[in-house]
Order: sequence, then C-alpha cells, then structure tokens
Amino acid sequence: MLRLEKIMTYYGSIAALKDVSLEIGKGEVVCLLGGNASGKSTTMKTVLGLVKPRSGSVTFAGERIDGLDTQAIVSKGISLVPEARRLFGRMTVWENLAMGAYTRRDRPPAEFEEDVARVYGLFPRLKERRDQYAGTLSGGEQQMVAISRALMARPQLLLMDEPSMGLAPVFVDQVFDIIQTINRQGTTILVVEQNASVALSIAHRGYVLQNGRIVMADSAAALLRADGVRRAYLGEA
Amino acid sequence: MADLLSILPQQLVFGVTLGMVYGLIALGYTMVYGVLFMINFAHGDVFMIGAYMGWAVLVAVIDAKVMPINPLLVVPLMMLPAMLFAGVIGLGLERLAYRPLYLRGATRLGPLISAIGASIFLQNSVMLTEGARMKVLATYRVFPRDWRFDILGVNVSVLVLVIAGIAGIMMWGLNALVQRTTLGRSMRAVAEDREIAAVMGVNVWGVVATTFFVGSALGGAAGVLVGLYYTQIDFFMGYSAGLKAFTAAVLGGIGNIRGAMLGGLILGIVESLASTLINPAFKDAISFAVLILVLVFRPGGILGEALPDWKRV
Repeated sequence: MLRLEKIMTYYGSIAALKDVSLEIGKGEVVCLLGGNASGKSTTMKTVLGLVKPRSGSVTFAGERIDGLDTQAIVSKGISLVPEARRLFGRMTVWENLAMGAYTRRDRPPAEFEEDVARVYGLFPRLKERRDQYAGTLSGGEQQMVAISRALMARPQLLLMDEPSMGLAPVFVDQVFDIIQTINRQGTTILVVEQNASVALSIAHRGYVLQNGRIVMADSAAALLRADGVRRAYLGEA
Repeated sequence: MADLLSILPQQLVFGVTLGMVYGLIALGYTMVYGVLFMINFAHGDVFMIGAYMGWAVLVAVIDAKVMPINPLLVVPLMMLPAMLFAGVIGLGLERLAYRPLYLRGATRLGPLISAIGASIFLQNSVMLTEGARMKVLATYRVFPRDWRFDILGVNVSVLVLVIAGIAGIMMWGLNALVQRTTLGRSMRAVAEDREIAAVMGVNVWGVVATTFFVGSALGGAAGVLVGLYYTQIDFFMGYSAGLKAFTAAVLGGIGNIRGAMLGGLILGIVESLASTLINPAFKDAISFAVLILVLVFRPGGILGEALPDWKRV
C-alpha cells in the first residue's frame, strides 16, 4: 500500500534519511523504531510531503506521491496522528473532528455524523467533552481527540507519531488496544514509537532506524527477540 | 458643565460610530496577522482605495441622472465595487508582495519592508491617476443634512446610524464566518498550526489569500463609510486611519478578531471623550497613552493571549 524506495531527505546539507526503503502492505500494522533523531519523524514528514526527499520515491496505492502537496497527499487517504498531538487548542473537540473531516467536506452531512458517532463509540468520553476547548483536556483525552481527528478522514493509511508519548502507562495500553481495533476495522497503520515493547506487541512487522538508515527489518516477533533491539529499546543489558 | 453634559451623549454616539469604523479596518490587520504573523502596512491604503472607489461611483451615479438618489440604492452601489476592488488589491498584495518572500524563506523583516513599499506604491498610484488634490463626496445628495432626529435627547443623523449599522452588520457577519463556517474554521486552523492544517488537507496559501481578500474588502467598505462621513478624501488618508486601526488591533490583542472590534470601539470612544472633555488637539496623544497603559499591564492586548516568542511582532 505504501512503499518508500531509496529515500534521501536532507535538512540543509545534513542527511536525515539515507537510502530508506520500506513497505507497508494493506491491513498491516508496521512499526518504525528508533531513538531520538534517528529519522522516524522525518520519514513521516517525507510521506506527507511536509519535507521533500532529494531522491527516491514514495508510492501510495500504486501512485507516486512524492512531489505532491501535503494537501493532495492527505486527500488520497493518509491521516496523521502527530507527535505531541498538536490539536487545535482553541477549537472545541467537535471542531477538531470537523477539521479532521476536512478532506471529506463535500460529502453529505449524514456521513460526517456517522463518522462522529463512530469515534464517539471508540471514545465515549469525547461525547461528553464535545463542546470543550481541546486545549483544556487532559493528555489522555487529547490523544483520543488526535486519533479521532485522524479517523474522521476515513483514512486507508494511518500514520501515528509517538502515540504513547507523555501518557500515563495505563493509558498507553488503552491507546494501543484502540490502534489494534482500528486496524481490525480495516485501516493500515504505520506507527512510530520509542516505546518498542508495546509497539511490537501489536505490530505485524517492524523496521529499526538508526542515524537515518534502516538497520533492521523483520517480523515483530523476531524483532522482540533480536539482541540489538532488546539492548537499544527494551532497556535490557 | 451643563454644556458639557449636554454634548456628551452626542459625542459618545460619534465615538461609538468612529470606533466601529476603526474596528472594521482593524479586522484587516488582525486577520492577516493571524494567518501570516505579519503587519500588512499597506492595509490603510487598501482602505483609501475603497474610499476612492466609493467616490467614483457616487460621482457617476449623480452625473448619470438616471435614477433617484436613494441611499438604499446608492450606498450598496458604492460599497459593492469598493469591497470587490479592495479585495482584489488585497489578493494582489498577498500574491506579489508577500507570498514570494515567504516561499523563499523570508523572516520577519523582508515582508515588513515589502509592505511599506506596497503602501507607498498604492499611494503614488492613486496620486498619479487621480491627482494629489482631495476629492469631495456630495454626501448631502444621498443623506440630506436635515435627516436628523432625536433619540432620548440625543440628536443623531441618519448617516451616522447607517454607518454604525453597516459596520455592525459586517462585523457580525465576519464573526459568523470565522466561527461557524468551514472556511472560517480552516482560517483558524491555519492561524493556530499551519503545518497541521495542511495535514488536515487545508490549502494553506488558498486560505491566506482568502483572508487577505476578506480583510481587504472590509477595509474597502470602511473607506466608503469614512468617505461618506467626512466627505473629503485624499490619497494619503490611509496613513493615519491605518495607524489608528492598527493601534485598535494591538489594543484589543493582535490576531484576535473580537479584540479588533473591541479595540476599535475603545479607541473611538476614548478619542471622542478626550476631544470633548480635554482638548481635541490632545485626542491622539490620549489614545496612544491608553494603548501604552494597556500594553504595560497586558502586553498581549485586552483579549490577546500570551503569545509564544515566534508569534510576537
């Protein structure tokens, strides 16, 4: 469904992604592991066209999308749950959902209502909070809004950048349960995480990025057993 | 003292009207600031061009002698082309004077200088095409001088009520647009987080351009209203009106739409009270003293928030 081939992305003269190739099949949950500044977020930004790769290609559903505007790329069915959530804090929860459905703004309102009902089903709390400003919610509630906002576009591919960041441990499990539920409902997911154990526990496959290079690619089960991953990301000696 | 009390209500009505017009112009500054974090110093000149457009229509309507000079007909006839033309000028400014700079990675200073250049360009264009001498609007043909009446002992002219009414309707309309429509929501999204707005599928530069159009159209409408009220316009009128409106926007909290309206009202009322109670010569000094006082205690303006560093002027 999504294929990156030999991507080189630069910030000025510094290479942030070096020859990155990866692939996500329809219906998969793929996780991208790596430490700080390993290129995880840059990979997402490259897919979304927020930064342009200097060389290489990004293909989505059989179509080249590198070189397109962000707006055009997301209209093809890619949504993002951004790092640190980045909600529109001065908008209400409901308005954030409406922004999430922006690419579908010309669809009949009934579809929008249906989608709102679906995310309220996933997160009943949001229904109570619908008229509250998103900036006033707790971290966990904000993450619910961020996920819901991304789902409102009815994406085929959902990109999640550090969904566990800054959340209480009990809520981390809940978020990953939801990710699994969303995946079972038919959405392909690419999740970027520092919290490798929880990410690998729900992923089918994973890639490990180091200094902008993919250094490992395997099934989630194999990565969980791999020595390098255990040492680097699972806190084991 | 009794004299003073008798003219005070009158002055207040005048102050509120003036304040609403300031607010209308201030909206253009604050909306553009909201999406681009720049001060469009050419906005005052867009306002001036609106005034000229209104004047040209009024002259044409009076000369044509084909229709009765009815305000219900003439005022919209002046406003619509003025708003449209001012809006198009705003679009042109964004496309030619600002966007190319931002796309090439300009920081704060470049667009600001470009705005000052655009302002001088617009002033000189009008001066060269229309002449440097002021133009006079025959407002009395549309609103006869005896169209005045008393409300609660205050003598007001129909013209003042029409100006306040139009300005009020426009502010209400803009507020509704920004708060309740998809376009307004996308404007707020771009103002709050441009990158995430793009990720939601918003055409960011399209929204910026629309914001320029709407803000400039409101400025053009204010130009017509001011022209009708003062009956004299010249190519330099945008400078002082722009400065006042910009002050109103900062007073209310730059980037905040309701703040611009509130700042305009406060400025208008302060000016009229200062003229009445102290001395008309001091009205500007007092307005700016109020601005300084507000900013000392609330640096972000009355309704403004504490802005992160990168959003500050």
